[in-house]
Amino acid sequence: MSNVVIGRFVAVLTVGALALTACGSKIEDTPSGTTSRAACGTVNIAVNPWVGYQADAAVIAYLATNELGCTVNKKNLTEEVSWQGFGTGAVDVVLENWGHDDLKKTYIEQQGVAVEYGSTGNKGIIGWYVPPWLAQEYPDITDWNNLNKYADKFKTSESGGKGQLLLGDPSFVTNDEALVKNLKLDFKVVYAGSETALIQAFRTAEQQKQWMIGYFYEPQWFLNEVKLVHVNLPPYTAGCDADPAKVACDYAPYDLDKIVSKKFADSGSPAAALVKNFQWTNDHQNSVALDIAVNKLSDDDAAKKWVDANRDVWQAWLKN
Amino acid sequence: MPEPLISAERVPAGVGEPALAVTDLWKVFGPRADRVVGTPLADLSRADLMAQTGCVAAVRDISFTVAPTEVFVVMGLSGSGKSTLVRCLTRLVEPTSGTVLVEGEDLRGADAKRLRDLRRHRFAMVFQHFGLLPHRRVLDNIAYGLEIRGVSRTERYRRAGEVLDLVGLTGHADHFPDQLSGGMQQRVGLGRALAVDPRILFFDEPFSALDPLIRRDMQNEVLRLHHEVGKTMIFITHDLHEALRLGDRILIMRDGAAVQIGRPDEVVGAPADDYVRDFVADVPKSHVLTIRWVMRPVRDDDPLDGPELGADVVVRDAVRAVLSSSAPVKVVHDGELVGMVDDEAILRVIVAEEQ
Amino acid sequence: MTALAGTAASVRRRAGGLTRGWLVGGVVAVWVLLWIPLRGRDTLALSTSELSPLHERLNDLRDAINNTRGSSPVFSAFFDVIRESVDALTVFLQSLISQPAYGRPVPLIGWLGVVAVATFGAYAVGNLRVAALTAAGFTSFGLLGFWQQSMDTLALTLAAVLICLAIGIPLGIWAGLSDRLNRVLTPVLDFMQTMPTFVYLAPLTLFFLIGPASGVIATLIYAMPPVIRITAHGIRSVAPSSVEAGTSLGATRWQLLRSVRVPLAKRTIVLGINQTVMCALSMVTIAALIDAPGLGQVVLRALQTLDVGTAFSAGLAIVIMAIVLDRVTTAARDRVETQYRMGPRARGRRRVVLAGLGVLTAVALYLSYTYVWAAFFPGPERGGAVGGEVADGVTRASDWVQLNLGAVTDAVRNAISYGLLNPLQSLIADSPWYLVSAVVLAIAWIVAGPRIVPTAAVCLGLLVGSGLWQEAMVTLAATLVATVIVMALGVVVGVWMGRSDRADGLIRPTLDAAQVMPAFVYLVPFLGLFGASRFTAIVAAVVFAAPVAIKLVADGIRGVPATVVEAAVSSGSSAWQVITKVQLPLARQSVTLAANQGLIYVLSMVVVGGLVGAGALGYLVVAGFSQSDLYGKGLAAGLAVVLLGVLLDRTTQAAARRLDAGAAHRGLRKGKDS
Repeated sequence: MSNVVIGRFVAVLTVGALALTACGSKIEDTPSGTTSRAACGTVNIAVNPWVGYQADAAVIAYLATNELGCTVNKKNLTEEVSWQGFGTGAVDVVLENWGHDDLKKTYIEQQGVAVEYGSTGNKGIIGWYVPPWLAQEYPDITDWNNLNKYADKFKTSESGGKGQLLLGDPSFVTNDEALVKNLKLDFKVVYAGSETALIQAFRTAEQQKQWMIGYFYEPQWFLNEVKLVHVNLPPYTAGCDADPAKVACDYAPYDLDKIVSKKFADSGSPAAALVKNFQWTNDHQNSVALDIAVNKLSDDDAAKKWVDANRDVWQAWLKN
Repeated sequence: MPEPLISAERVPAGVGEPALAVTDLWKVFGPRADRVVGTPLADLSRADLMAQTGCVAAVRDISFTVAPTEVFVVMGLSGSGKSTLVRCLTRLVEPTSGTVLVEGEDLRGADAKRLRDLRRHRFAMVFQHFGLLPHRRVLDNIAYGLEIRGVSRTERYRRAGEVLDLVGLTGHADHFPDQLSGGMQQRVGLGRALAVDPRILFFDEPFSALDPLIRRDMQNEVLRLHHEVGKTMIFITHDLHEALRLGDRILIMRDGAAVQIGRPDEVVGAPADDYVRDFVADVPKSHVLTIRWVMRPVRDDDPLDGPELGADVVVRDAVRAVLSSSAPVKVVHDGELVGMVDDEAILRVIVAEEQ
Repeated sequence: MTALAGTAASVRRRAGGLTRGWLVGGVVAVWVLLWIPLRGRDTLALSTSELSPLHERLNDLRDAINNTRGSSPVFSAFFDVIRESVDALTVFLQSLISQPAYGRPVPLIGWLGVVAVATFGAYAVGNLRVAALTAAGFTSFGLLGFWQQSMDTLALTLAAVLICLAIGIPLGIWAGLSDRLNRVLTPVLDFMQTMPTFVYLAPLTLFFLIGPASGVIATLIYAMPPVIRITAHGIRSVAPSSVEAGTSLGATRWQLLRSVRVPLAKRTIVLGINQTVMCALSMVTIAALIDAPGLGQVVLRALQTLDVGTAFSAGLAIVIMAIVLDRVTTAARDRVETQYRMGPRARGRRRVVLAGLGVLTAVALYLSYTYVWAAFFPGPERGGAVGGEVADGVTRASDWVQLNLGAVTDAVRNAISYGLLNPLQSLIADSPWYLVSAVVLAIAWIVAGPRIVPTAAVCLGLLVGSGLWQEAMVTLAATLVATVIVMALGVVVGVWMGRSDRADGLIRPTLDAAQVMPAFVYLVPFLGLFGASRFTAIVAAVVFAAPVAIKLVADGIRGVPATVVEAAVSSGSSAWQVITKVQLPLARQSVTLAANQGLIYVLSMVVVGGLVGAGALGYLVVAGFSQSDLYGKGLAAGLAVVLLGVLLDRTTQAAARRLDAGAAHRGLRKGKDS
């Protein structure tokens, strides 16, 4: 290609490109801050890695942005790292806290950088579950006393000749090793290592009618897809889990709660009131979570769908 | 006024002073090498020294001087220490002990700055593997030494251009080294060394990587350049023919030590020991020996009407004159009759070669 | 005479090799015999929730740092300064290409401008081909529906790479000049590369807070070693004759560096840059765990909902970015060779094309700054033009495979688990620790020589001290099995590729993609196929490690001199004989290197394995990242992974050197004069 040809080619392209500018809208600068925005300011919401939490965050973020005019930053973090954020100012809100008495002790009591901000209304249930087909065909399996009878069936390549009890997310403090020992179950605890692995295992087990028992929890969107059945361990009584080594009872039900940074709580931001008042049911959360996880809606769309349908619920949260 | 490209001064500062004087030079490699020289360890053979101390004496107690404009050849087989020796002379390798005087200046006493200065102005080196910079054009390679010295771009290109012609690379200025043949590449190396107009040129086996024919060409080139620019040259080689061809004098090394220093005809005519004798056994003596080496003393009954030849005439060149003359040839040195050469003496040399 | 002596030596050596094999066999036999009565004793088992005093001390240390964060001057003077500068750079890059900035709803440069600048840059450092590839690749980010995420990933990668180069190249040059620095640096770099990322992600946020800085710094730690190492190597391997020539002309150290060493090492240095870019890209994805923005977030989020399709199409965008960056930097490397020998005409033409492209780029920049259509990538917001279909297709395919191949994959898993993994794990993890230690030391001595024994002993001692002996042994068993599979694949596929150009052309791109595809993407389908098990972890590790091994073996086979193969063929060897008697023995160096690299790559997947049921060290590292109480234990587990890495790496390297020395003696090594 000779230089002349190239030059002409470039010239034509340039003219063409400039011609394009005639059509098309220009980018406008965003107006710098409305009054309500100024009043609310910025809210940093930690988003922990499970979909139920994502649903909470989606709805709060949607309301804070559209109703209160806040600027919301969602930060995808694990729980441990989220709590660190209270101290450094990177995180204002944790929306769904599962217990974590150790973290509460560090950040609320010792460092005083965070405060409890009330229940979300969600009840956290932790326990052992089996896929529905199993509970249907062997109804007595939901009683822990019968588990040893079936232990052989639960054997896998991983469980060293015993039944396999699959544990999931490494984020949860579990008592299962102690439970197996103290209830004298012929089972071995196997760590699936992630929520993903656990859900996939239950999904496969239900699809292919495999024997499977594992740790699970609600609220969880997956329960709307496959209705896992809870296995009853000796019932929880207050203090029965005091000594981790001697636990022989089911998990305590969790009252899921909200934690905010001290700074945020004292800021007087309308968003703080929103977070404080935020309360809904497991069904509410599951419906939003399902839209996100299964129906593939974006967080905002899922939140909008729920907000549009449940005006009366969230209206109450906005009152100071 | 720009200084002349190649100064033709034959005699450097300090008339009569040797270009290079080396005394008791040692180079010992290995742990705590400095403890060897000057102790009984120094008398051990190479192998024994290695066994006892883990040290290798690459250069052992070498002394010699090189006169201005002389071509001094260091010859030895691989491992004899000749490459180490030449590197000691420019302190590319630090000598262990001994002195090196460059035109009277103590090289070992020079600090880093002075040493750099000497390297930039006083000597230059041509390497066996050329050591060219592949990312630079031929012209830039030749100009490299000047660039280091801080010569301006136009000036160094002007000089490099002249050197380019001098070493026979006219028209190759814009080529890259790997586009040239080995011989041509070494011409670049030679040009790079000449461009800085050094007073002493060191050659470290410059032609041993080249084909025999090219090697011959290059040797002629060196002879020509020496003739034209008259530099002092220290030339390292493992090739005896090359040594005999180029050298005014030859230093033969073995296991780090000097075995013999002498003119080519001395080395061939009077080998210092069996090692050298073995070495020179295959050399066509008639090409190297002068008739001084084959003449016999004048006898009283010698007819003195035969032709005359100088004592430094090489045998090969004397053959025709001697054989065609019925009388023995008179050998004359400085106008005096020093001996006689007859047919038999000449034939002895020639026949010895045939066998 | 020499030939005879050589043969005799080779016979002796071969006999030595055989004896070595017998010795190892003997050690293992004794081990099994002792294992039967001692089984289960002194295995130093520690249940998951139990902590050793070391783990508790590490927890306390973490708390102490956490508590002093606000008051310590170290933070305000040191860490905060680093954080703020890194943040400033990253935010600047983000506001250029990915995030709304300066009061605009969009970044300064819209998609059109970015595509134009990238294409222009690719042409400037490379050639027209990679420029076209770049344009296509960058456009595909938008088509897949991940424009903004891709730009975030790119911005973070760029920030990390810029810092890596600013520090790494000078440091590498220095390490290339100084043996002492090199000696100090090597173990540090080893540590940086083998330490599982999860281990330092949480502490990083402690020091550098949550935000882009932590993500970039995590990436730095992982991506810096290659450029340092390779630069140092490049500087070291500059031909000594060129350096000597410079010195003899009186060049100063600086002049030598500038005019000889760096120009001659430039090609190698660019290779180092290439490696660093690749590492940075793979790490930026993982840094999503501490809120580093970009494609990694998409992948992680898809993982939570088991959305294979979305994870895949985001992974695809990462693969495309990797390929573009790889090809552009590779072209830049070749350009180092070609640019200085371009004729004046070619140079002139190139200049004109550059100027033309420059004008176009400037126009595109202006348009993308000013107009909406050139700023936002057109197409549906979710899924882009083709992303949705790609995702759906992959999801369907993955579901089908899981549904229909389940029985087969179960059988494979069970065969390997019961037949190989369980017995091996039982032998290694159920033996008393002193027995395993003795066996490891004995085998190391036999295969790698006595000099490795102190290193191995220190590693074993520290493993005992970590309080995670049994977990380490379980991980070791799985690692060994995975490495065996990797090597089997490496040799079979590598030989095939080395012998057939067509196979090479076909397989190599797949291998490249497998290496850069984030592991998170394929975990879900693997979980569906093999369940949460150690075998799934092994498969994931094999997917990651086999490409390296295969490529090394293939290159080794390819490097066997054609004349030798010709000689073998002409003397009537069958293909099998040529492979086993000529090509593999001559490629021995590459094969041992492949085994070594295979091991290291497998180990680097230990943590990912922990996410899919491998348990042991990998799980503990993950748990330590997530659970406050297990923090110290997770840290110890990370160190244990490093210790295993050092142990295996040093032993295999020493063994390889030994083999090699033997081979050189037999004249097997090419390029060595006799």
